[in-house]
Amino acid sequence: MNINRPFLVELVTAAALILAPFLLPYLGFSPSTINRILIWGLFGIGFDILFGYTGLLSFGQSAFYGTGGMVAAYLLTETSFSYVMAAIVIGATVAGVVGYVIGQIALRRTGIYFAMITVAIAEVFFFVEFNPLSAYTGGENGLPGVPTPVFDLGFKVLEFNTDWTMYTFLAFWYFVGIVIALRIVRSPVGAILSAIRDNPLRAAALGHNIHGYKLTAFVVAAVYAGFAGGLLGVMQGFMPPEAFMFDTSGQVLMQTAIGGAGTLFGPLVGATVWLYLSDFFQNTLHLGATWKLVLGVVFVLLVCFLRRGMVGAIVDLYRLTGSRSKESIETAVESALHNPAAIEPMPARQRGGTLAPGPILQAHGLTKRYGGLAANSDIDFAVNPGEIRGIIGPNGAGKSTFFKMLTCEIAPSSGRIMFEGRDITRMGVSEVCQLGLTKSYQINQLFDRLTVRRNLTIAALGDARGTFRLDLFKSLHSVPGLNEQVERTAALVNLTTRLDRPVSELAYGEKRRLEIGLALATSPSLLLLDEPLAGMSPRERVETVALLKSIARGRTMIVIDHDMDSLFELVEKVTVLQEGRVLVEGIPREIKTNAKVQEAYLGGVHGEMA
Amino acid sequence: MINWANFISQCFNGLVLGALLALISSGLTIIYGTLGVLNLAHGAMFMLGGYAGWLAYTYTDSFLAAVVAGSLFVMIVGVVIERLIIRHFYARPQEDQLLVTFGLGIVFVETVRFFFGSLSRTVPPPASLVGITHLGFMVYPTYRLALLGIVAVALLLLYFVLYRTRIGMIVRAGIEDSAMVDSLGIDVYKIFMLVFGIGAMAAGFAGIVNAPVVSIAPDVGEAILVQTFVVVVIGGVGSFPGAIIGGLIAGEIISITSMFNPGYSYIMLFVAMTLVLVLRPHGLLGTAARE
Repeated sequence: MNINRPFLVELVTAAALILAPFLLPYLGFSPSTINRILIWGLFGIGFDILFGYTGLLSFGQSAFYGTGGMVAAYLLTETSFSYVMAAIVIGATVAGVVGYVIGQIALRRTGIYFAMITVAIAEVFFFVEFNPLSAYTGGENGLPGVPTPVFDLGFKVLEFNTDWTMYTFLAFWYFVGIVIALRIVRSPVGAILSAIRDNPLRAAALGHNIHGYKLTAFVVAAVYAGFAGGLLGVMQGFMPPEAFMFDTSGQVLMQTAIGGAGTLFGPLVGATVWLYLSDFFQNTLHLGATWKLVLGVVFVLLVCFLRRGMVGAIVDLYRLTGSRSKESIETAVESALHNPAAIEPMPARQRGGTLAPGPILQAHGLTKRYGGLAANSDIDFAVNPGEIRGIIGPNGAGKSTFFKMLTCEIAPSSGRIMFEGRDITRMGVSEVCQLGLTKSYQINQLFDRLTVRRNLTIAALGDARGTFRLDLFKSLHSVPGLNEQVERTAALVNLTTRLDRPVSELAYGEKRRLEIGLALATSPSLLLLDEPLAGMSPRERVETVALLKSIARGRTMIVIDHDMDSLFELVEKVTVLQEGRVLVEGIPREIKTNAKVQEAYLGGVHGEMA
Repeated sequence: MINWANFISQCFNGLVLGALLALISSGLTIIYGTLGVLNLAHGAMFMLGGYAGWLAYTYTDSFLAAVVAGSLFVMIVGVVIERLIIRHFYARPQEDQLLVTFGLGIVFVETVRFFFGSLSRTVPPPASLVGITHLGFMVYPTYRLALLGIVAVALLLLYFVLYRTRIGMIVRAGIEDSAMVDSLGIDVYKIFMLVFGIGAMAAGFAGIVNAPVVSIAPDVGEAILVQTFVVVVIGGVGSFPGAIIGGLIAGEIISITSMFNPGYSYIMLFVAMTLVLVLRPHGLLGTAARE
């Protein structure tokens, strides 16, 4: 989204909604078709936030669509409640509450389990609607007699009782829905949702409570569905029980995929194609249900060849033509010499841990067993504040396992870890990151579909906002200090010229630097680096060592690497692991000449280590 | 007051339904276990088996021909779509695999609707299995009794193929670690195609042998698919024994609840699934490694 024209998308949407009733009838759209498109489009916005932005593919949205619609219709037809808008809002709220409860169950699992559980849940709602609750929902008859909205403004009474007046009513709510959704996806929460879609593990490791954010997306989708369901009853004057059918979930999903997931407007475009084809085949060609076969084939082809649907294809095409011109300038800047020492890194944030004298990190008797195999046994380890520690050891010595326990990615079988005087042994990876302890990974864990800027923003947000905050409507640009931290980190890891590139376009060395940048942007007081030099060219190694030296100011670091020359130049003290135990500890000079270390590496051949 | 004769006969119904669900779920679960793809078109495969069998029956009047046609046709469909479409999705995100199989399911259902309409069709059981059988403690429709045997034999056959043959050994090894099998010099793609075919055939076979009990219609697979999901969630994704136990549990829950109020059968099924998810998140016989 372009920052210079902040409300462009909103304005274009408003203009399109105003023009639609004047243009679409010429293309053969009837007013009732246009109204149904709006309801599906609104329903789909929530689904797109859940699927397109967060990556959670739910096959159970019918449950919330039906619930919202039925609650609103029940209030308006079976009770003396007569405020149409209030009834719709209550319906949407109930759908949101139901979404919260269902989300707690469904989000226990991810991937196919999530998909299967949502299908099962939606089917249960269908049966509940038809049997135990049929006295309230009308069972297979649905609820007829839903009134149209009337607003008495004092000087004028607005009644939405014709197709076109109903259009203005629905278009208004679609517009409200899209404005809210745009705010959500541009908010810090929106950035984190896309991080969860791309790499949930890293999103958690950067200090975000991903379960909380997934649940948020699930509830938002449920509220949109419930609201759209309420509008459906009001538009038709009748709440159909079919809203609860599996087909409804399938339809919103297919419309979103056809139009383009992750675009917010995809569902509207998809619904337009869907309903137009349906009308055209049935009313013009008189081919009955054939349209669904045609749509099924179109859908399969789109999934095979156009992953991001129709809107996605248009956006990609626009980017492809628009980004060519910038290319040459960027490469020119690239060749300038990089000097990380000239850039002051963000200081490690003070997090109020007890700054008692003594080690910043202490491990006692740390042990990890996998069945009969002990990856780490009885490791005692301490690092003082400000120290740079190296860890070396032959392959399989248990170095990475040790790091995973320190960052609480895996729980130790026994032993204790103290960080800044706190016992962190049973904490989660997100909490530990919030305390100021994080890691850069041996194998890149980046958000591949996002830009470098977005990647660093997501990391910096963990530092700025804590594990969980519901600032759904706050602009990402208004988070204090965020931009500064992103730009400074980018400058430090020499990616300033690449800030607006997607990660997938970076070279390997750049990705390695971004990997370190992600960890750095969380402002850690203790930074663990798992083989930061792996796979780098000699020149890149020199640059990275300089980078590590410059970021070490004011923070503690522990570095694992196999490049001993670089490591010994960087660190003050080295711990050698072998077969899961601490073999020896000392300053680099001692380690180089230590007979036990040479034996571990070279199998007993004595001599100066390279 | 429970009518015991009715209760026992419902338990038998549950056993028959459970065995059928076990067979369909086995197909789904070995495909997922080996290929890592959850086939959302599996319900449609069940339906295709019914229609292919029905078509063969209308030409030959032979139930056996119907069963052979139903199973083989769906197996061929499975092999063809694996080769043409699914294969290109192994390296793509899981959501894309779900979307494409979901779309294929719709194409199958709508194609059948296009050619044969939405009316339901029936295939009568073979003449020798018409009528009822006196079991001493109750009377029970003969074909349903036979169906229990037929499905049990099919499951045994599947067990034999999976656990007693070379191919089965490779498939089970592939469920544990397909990259390893690949690096052992075995052409995994050939195995994948075969597994998809066998898994689809399990659904197609179930579709035609169930046709004399429940008449077939284009959307008959949808409910079956949902029940199959519950079965594999309860039993554990990728586990063949889990599919059988999950199938029997689901079958009994549906049948016994139906005795009191059919409307609650799905709700009870869901309660059972939720309990399993809370108490044993990987299913009764599943392991974390299979996901």
